[in-house]
Amino acid sequence: MEITMENPKKKGVVLDSIVDTSLKKTPKIETKNIKVWYEEFNAIKGISMSIKPNTVTAFIGPSGCGKSTFLRLFNRMNDYVDGFSLEGKIKINGQNIYKKNVNVEELRKEVGMVFQKPNPFPKSIFDNVAYGLKIQGIKDKQLINDRVISSLKQVGLWEEVKDDLKKSGLALSGGQQQRLCIARTLAVEPSIILMDEPTSALDPISTAKIEELIFQLKQKYTIVIVTHNMQQASRISDYTAFFYLGELIEFNKTKNIFTNPEKKQTENYITGRFG
Amino acid sequence: MANATHQRDVINQAGFKMLTLCKSQMEKAKEAFMEHDSDLAEEVITKEARVNALDLKIEEDCEKFLALYNPVAIDLRFVMAIRKINFDLERIADHAYSISRYVDDMDEKIKPELFQVLQFEKMYSTIMEMFNYITTAYEEKDVSLARKVFKKDKILDQINRDSFGIIEEEIKKDIAVIKQSLILFSVVKKMERVGDLLKNIAEEIIFYIEAEVVKHKKKK
Repeated sequence: MEITMENPKKKGVVLDSIVDTSLKKTPKIETKNIKVWYEEFNAIKGISMSIKPNTVTAFIGPSGCGKSTFLRLFNRMNDYVDGFSLEGKIKINGQNIYKKNVNVEELRKEVGMVFQKPNPFPKSIFDNVAYGLKIQGIKDKQLINDRVISSLKQVGLWEEVKDDLKKSGLALSGGQQQRLCIARTLAVEPSIILMDEPTSALDPISTAKIEELIFQLKQKYTIVIVTHNMQQASRISDYTAFFYLGELIEFNKTKNIFTNPEKKQTENYITGRFG
Repeated sequence: MANATHQRDVINQAGFKMLTLCKSQMEKAKEAFMEHDSDLAEEVITKEARVNALDLKIEEDCEKFLALYNPVAIDLRFVMAIRKINFDLERIADHAYSISRYVDDMDEKIKPELFQVLQFEKMYSTIMEMFNYITTAYEEKDVSLARKVFKKDKILDQINRDSFGIIEEEIKKDIAVIKQSLILFSVVKKMERVGDLLKNIAEEIIFYIEAEVVKHKKKK
């Protein structure tokens, strides 16, 4: 299904109203007093946070502050890191995702991830997008075909590749490859998309396309993005969380963070005075 | 980001220079007007070009800062406030210029009694007090001093309101003072407008320091 909802900014709708409506909804992601260790190193020091559905939340902070570690908790990507241990609770759709009986593959279907560097498989464009469906055991060709088309349309890539779906995904430009990776994520119909610096390897035009895409996708998905680009965080997110040395210093509406942050540390970071 | 801090300091210093220059223009304009000193009036008129040049420089520096450094939080409020403060100061200097121009229109010194009944000195000293509060508030980021400006502006408003009736009475008493009275009436109006502009500047200083919008709100 193609998302056709227009950018409310262009229609003069007050952006705050969107944020405020979302506040009435129950949290999509909820963390309680999360602590993470990599062996003896305490990477996250007790973070509690609620992320509302259909919002974009940006994680900002200097390198090594724990923002990527925290993001990767939401689809259990840290499980494979040596010495990783976790304390606290993380609920997605009200369910504790670190319970013993949780099916991690199912969780990752629900919580998709886009990485810093585009990482298409050495396969055709079609097979790249269909990959997730096929490993889930879906064999219905019509369903796969429909999902591939709708995913490529959602990321705005369909018009660019529709005549050449057999071309290798690796033959696309960097920006197109990243949109292909997002399409691959969308094909398995997650409800949450995690993005770890998704535009840091892209040129400004490709970055603008991804940002516009993020804005459209939030109508249907909950998006959490790690970014080092302050302007990007202020342009695309509804909420911003500032991390420092494994702690959540401030979490608030993006407008507040970038116009009048409550904490001096936040102000010093976003104005470039430290970090 | 060190460069951004430097750029901000440059704008800050230029803003302070503009504040000092416009205050000096008002002082000289008042002196020239009361003493019918055409040389001093000429100095104010000539210096208007410097005010305009500094106004353009600040405007340009602010644009550069916004475009190149993408300021946020206190830096963003600072540059937004400075642009408005600069605009208001330039308008104040315009009023000083206009007051000085009246010196040429006057054939003689205005009678001291007229200044007295209109409380002209009180009006002027109130404006200078407002300038001083703003200067210190700006320099030391002291919001409490900026807030004091609002009360002072009410004094100017009252003197301005009373001026029409007083001028009317003076003309009735002595028809020969018509020209002097009308010029003085115009100057009183300009001084009252200067008070409004100083009030705007105080509002901008509060916005810059505390992120509080006090514009169009009832002041205590």
